[in-house]
Amino acid sequence: MTRLRLFVPLILFLVICAVGYVGFSLNDRHQLPSALLDKPFPEFDAVSLLNAERRVTKADLVGRPTLVNVWATWCPTCKSEHDELLRISAGTDIQLVGVNYKDDTNQAQNWLAQFGNPYDLVIVDADGALGVELGVYGAPETFLLDRSGRVVFKRVGDVNPRIWRDELQPRFAQLGVNIDPSLMNGL
Amino acid sequence: MTMRLGLIVLLTCLASAGHGASTVDVLAFDSEQQERRYKALIDEFRCPKCLNTNLSGSDAPIAQDLRRSVYRLVREGQTDQQIRDFLQQRYGDFVLYKPPFAGRTAFIWLIPIGLLVLGVAVLAALQLRVRRQPEVALNEQDSERLSRLLADDD
Amino acid sequence: MIPELGHYSLVLAGCLALVTCVAGLAAAGQPKFQQLVLSTTVGQCAFCALAFIALVWSFTVDDFSVAYVANHSNSLLPWYYKVSATWGGHEGSFLLWIAIMSGWMLALSLRQQNYPAPLATRVLGVMALMNLGFICFALFTSNPFLRLIPMTPADGADLNPLLQDFGLIVHPPLLYVGYVGLAVPFAFAVAALLEGRVDAAWARWTKTWTNMAWAFLTLGITLGSWWAYYELGWGGWWFWDPVENASFMPWLAATALVHSLAVTDKRGAFKSWTLLLAIAAFSLSLLGAFIVRSGVLTSVHSFAVDPERGLYILLFLLAVVGGSLTLYALRAGRVAVHVAYGLLSREFFMLVNNVILVVSLAVVLWGTLAPIAYEAVTGAKISVGPPFFNAFYVPLGCALAAVLALLPPINWKRTDSGRIRPALIAGLGALLVAVLLWFVLDPASLTVAAAVAVAAWVVLSHVHDLFGRRNAFSRAYIGMSLAHVGFAVCIIGIAITSTQSIERDVRMVPQDQVELGDMNVTFLGVSAVNGPNYRAQQGTFVVANGDSTFSLRPEKRQYLAGGNVMTEAGIHAGLLGDTYIALGEPLDAAQGAWAVRLHYKPLVRWIWLGAVLMAFGGMFAVLDRRYRTLRIRRQASAMAAAST
Repeated sequence: MTRLRLFVPLILFLVICAVGYVGFSLNDRHQLPSALLDKPFPEFDAVSLLNAERRVTKADLVGRPTLVNVWATWCPTCKSEHDELLRISAGTDIQLVGVNYKDDTNQAQNWLAQFGNPYDLVIVDADGALGVELGVYGAPETFLLDRSGRVVFKRVGDVNPRIWRDELQPRFAQLGVNIDPSLMNGL
Repeated sequence: MTMRLGLIVLLTCLASAGHGASTVDVLAFDSEQQERRYKALIDEFRCPKCLNTNLSGSDAPIAQDLRRSVYRLVREGQTDQQIRDFLQQRYGDFVLYKPPFAGRTAFIWLIPIGLLVLGVAVLAALQLRVRRQPEVALNEQDSERLSRLLADDD
Repeated sequence: MIPELGHYSLVLAGCLALVTCVAGLAAAGQPKFQQLVLSTTVGQCAFCALAFIALVWSFTVDDFSVAYVANHSNSLLPWYYKVSATWGGHEGSFLLWIAIMSGWMLALSLRQQNYPAPLATRVLGVMALMNLGFICFALFTSNPFLRLIPMTPADGADLNPLLQDFGLIVHPPLLYVGYVGLAVPFAFAVAALLEGRVDAAWARWTKTWTNMAWAFLTLGITLGSWWAYYELGWGGWWFWDPVENASFMPWLAATALVHSLAVTDKRGAFKSWTLLLAIAAFSLSLLGAFIVRSGVLTSVHSFAVDPERGLYILLFLLAVVGGSLTLYALRAGRVAVHVAYGLLSREFFMLVNNVILVVSLAVVLWGTLAPIAYEAVTGAKISVGPPFFNAFYVPLGCALAAVLALLPPINWKRTDSGRIRPALIAGLGALLVAVLLWFVLDPASLTVAAAVAVAAWVVLSHVHDLFGRRNAFSRAYIGMSLAHVGFAVCIIGIAITSTQSIERDVRMVPQDQVELGDMNVTFLGVSAVNGPNYRAQQGTFVVANGDSTFSLRPEKRQYLAGGNVMTEAGIHAGLLGDTYIALGEPLDAAQGAWAVRLHYKPLVRWIWLGAVLMAFGGMFAVLDRRYRTLRIRRQASAMAAAST
């Protein structure tokens, strides 16, 4: 009995090492899983970037599968994912909605004019209030919503060809989005 | 090499963004008690973008936004628990430096409590064992040494 | 050329460490090899020192062809920051760690004639084995001497401005002396397990080294806390950050070890427990190194993350700690003895003290590792932070203080209950103080009153004990009392400053006046000043407190090399409280309006003062003649020889 008890420290130590090893092999240490996953997209009321008269609400996002992309002109990663968004916008019939996050409206409009506009609709979130509702902690972030407006997937960081192939394309197919064949094996 | 350099630079930037330049918000409150609640709350929440700082100690843009949200909610008269729930629903358990004592995170609290109980139990068990056991007879040399050690001491 | 010499010295030190460790562990009994171990230890220390000096040299002459120098220095840095930048990053700080390790080995070898030769040889062998591991780690995964040739940059990337401070000059070296110093009791414990013998003499020798290491660790942690307080710009002095916890865990284990060793020394009890604590204390140092250097936990203080390094340290941990704990499991049963003691005895009090310290340690360990375990199991992330730790540390700290308060009249073995009375009276007095305090300090909760009362009780009972006795005290006893009083002072500081501080964030234009507690703060405006490697906006504030007036000049600095903006708080330090002013952002350039943070932190200095007192107590106890005079040592070693 006493003999066995002397092994307790060793066993505890091995457990600690195991935890250390596991922690160490976890990926993406700086990414937060979204608290919004499998929950309905929050209600909101905002204006459109390209038409200041138009109010946008959650009703605009419901009814068909929607990809919500949070972006800003001050975010370099947003620039690097822009081409991929243009490709997705052109090659599928998904509704692509941009959230212009804490940005200057004029600069954002120029940006879209210069680099092309992949979005069906862009929402202005000048003070980041919608961002807080969405649990956004940096741009870019991308949410995939099903027809009922429920969040089925969230990506923190850029949407790149790998993310498209591994994460978005299969989910698009599940949601019944039509995908152009040229995007099917697009890497 | 470049990759590693990049990481170092990135980390350095993050570290200095999290610290050393914390912004000062000048805010108006209805009462001193309200201000105290606000300060206690922003101390209690973690900035989701930073390495390991609370909302009050960070000037990252997201920390400023969240401070503003907390301020708004405090002014609206929400309770501390409602404000905690507000942030938890949007950013997950990660933003709470105090894990909720419920559901999946209750064990975080239960294990140290168990350790406290275990400590007391070990103490009691040891004391009982020591009492039951007769003292080992010291040999002459040992007891002589013992008395000398005890004598030259406190 | 010089960096290559440093690199070469490090390789040679590694070779000598290998010889020391093989000779020390395999042939500890043979005089020829004992001599060899001594000379290789000295040689190893010399080469480690050379390697370290070579790196310092590269920094002082701005040799940016060395990658590590290029990443952590800049030609604009003042010379003293160039020197301290040597340990401003992962590679260099690890070289410092190695140099300090060899320094402790040198110290041991200089005093080896006080110990039985086989024991000293084994201890040096164990330490050499560990230093060999460290040197290999440095050489294979984090070599500070790597060159950037031919792409030598024209200037360095600069040292992180947070580190351009007096704190970086002193905090890491002291902390590392403490961390690494714990390797000495560890080596003593492993040697004792190898020899299968733990006696009073062993405990006494180990205690000296443990006290030294513990005192340095205490100082190092204290300096770190003080540095964070004045440098980080938010007035915090402890945040339960993983890296802070990594330094706190070995401290808790070492504190438990100091006490447990006292029992083993005086009464021959707790032998196997003492061995375990000695192993645990250094293992936790190593675990801390793993946490800080592998990036396994997110912390503001972490070094740049490199998986290869983390894996190496983990494997090293497994080998060293796993090996020694296996040895412990197999051998510790041999040293166990049963010694009887009553409930009112120092032994029992030490036991309670150890249980409290170990539970505290377990709480920190759990709080630090639980988020990883949780993420591994559920995939979700959680945070465990200050509110969690404080919830456990307030009652644990108060319980520990209560044990301390009762201690002075307690004897070894057993005590007449009649002797306790003075302590109880003092205790009642303290309770009275508590009630009064509770009334006076309005927003203070009961826990603050309780903490302050118990701490005051500790001070009273120790002072009563020191002045009430007729016979002379040993230095060890005075050292112990000092440390206990220091602990109480620290508790008072923590309790008061964390509940009674005043903090105001205000908008101020020049000539504005603001009330801060009893003080009146006047803002005179902001002007531009230039430092050696930064430009700063410097605010001027005049603080009037009754009759006395002083001015504070907080700064907002922009560093030229990296463009980093830093807040440099203006602090007026006082024994009763600090006035702390930090500049926020300019709010209105036309009016000269600024956002300003004003703090008044009562008794904040007591936290560090108490800790320094603790460290001083630890050092003072080492000076005890009984630990130094050869007479006792010879007797003890003769005794040790006789008892086998």
